[in-house]
Amino acid sequence: MANKLYPDAKAALDGLLFDGMTIMSGGFGLCGIPEKLIAALRDAGVKGLTVISNNAGVDGFGLGQLLETRQIAKMISSYVGENKEFERQYLAGELQLEFNPQGTLAERIRAGGAGIPGFYTKTGVGTLVAEGKEHKDFATASGTETYILETGLVADVSIVKAWKADPYGNLIFRKTSRNFNPMMATAGKVTVVEVEELVPAGTFDPDHIHTPGVFVQRLFVGRDYEKRIEQRTVRQREPA
Amino acid sequence: MWTRDQQAARAAKELQDGFYVNLGIGMPTLVANFIPERVDVTLQSENGMLGMGPFPFAGEEDPDLINAGKQTITELDRTSYFSSADSFAMIRGGHIDLSILGAMEVADNGDIANWMIPGKMVKGMGGAMDLVAGVKKIIVLMEHNAKDGSAKFKTVCTLPLTGKGVVDMIVSDLAVLARPAKGAPFKLIELAPGIDLDMLKARTEGHFEA
Repeated sequence: MANKLYPDAKAALDGLLFDGMTIMSGGFGLCGIPEKLIAALRDAGVKGLTVISNNAGVDGFGLGQLLETRQIAKMISSYVGENKEFERQYLAGELQLEFNPQGTLAERIRAGGAGIPGFYTKTGVGTLVAEGKEHKDFATASGTETYILETGLVADVSIVKAWKADPYGNLIFRKTSRNFNPMMATAGKVTVVEVEELVPAGTFDPDHIHTPGVFVQRLFVGRDYEKRIEQRTVRQREPA
Repeated sequence: MWTRDQQAARAAKELQDGFYVNLGIGMPTLVANFIPERVDVTLQSENGMLGMGPFPFAGEEDPDLINAGKQTITELDRTSYFSSADSFAMIRGGHIDLSILGAMEVADNGDIANWMIPGKMVKGMGGAMDLVAGVKKIIVLMEHNAKDGSAKFKTVCTLPLTGKGVVDMIVSDLAVLARPAKGAPFKLIELAPGIDLDMLKARTEGHFEA
């Protein structure tokens, strides 16, 4: 078996990075982001990046770190509301931005990884999102409906966060930190994964694996996860 | 007039036993507090969860368990987790029964605008365009008038659209307007206490049947 294990994020990215490359980065908000790989990208200083990620982090954490260092030239995202530096760079014309509806973004990545160059969707028909895109009518159960053509997305490198992996690169995700990570794992020419725990081969029940190891080329165990919470909401215990 | 809580409670009356429901961020999240007894609904969160539970007790927050508003939440015995692609397969594929969301404008043909004000910083549409395009029934919870007094139920939306002809019902602080099918005109279903038809018409631009 080819060795997929690397000692850390820097080693796992070695030889993969070049200016102007496209990177997919998993996570929803700050939940399930590959925080060690993002920090390693910052330290590597690679520039002119196109980053495909649902969100753009917050000031000083997640992808916000790569905005501060001006390493990102373009973001493809569905929502970027939590980041003042993003807003400043965008309004100053320093940063390109392509908004995709969240489900369209997820499906473009899924399609790209599955070898599907395009698909038709009704999301965004009649809106700015549909401008310049091919329109096509299909007969459906509720009559003829108009759909638009969206294209699949692939990346030079996908950076992914999973909960556990085995040495074969089989992955298991935890709760809502799964989000965009499984599709991005399929859509990178090279997929690099950070996990909280590496388990011995044979530990996983094969029926419980979320992402099969074929989609994973490089793997390492991250330490001391920060896992910031954006909106800490709690309820009070009822008095006994 | 209805308060925000009363609006949410009125919208909650539209929940039916067995429904799978997606609640938008803001006022629509209040609807979860008014789910009628003996009505069992499963809440979907588009970041990848069915069966969303209440906020955790202090000290039990889990950073790997959040809703689409990035708030810490909990799971239930029915809960399942899945990827964003599966989540939007549910939404776009018509498997979710009802979505309740906010809006800046709704037109009397069912068009909705709730994601972008030209000239202001745009945060993005998130999952809103997928929800209005794919969910079986769309209810809008909004103030009847904007802060400047202008009607939010209009003949034509002036803001960039989120979806065309997709809204089924509006629950505002003044009234409930609904239509039996996409393409049909909106009808007045209910007036809030202290509001009569003339008052409603004076504060509404879009066409509706009384």
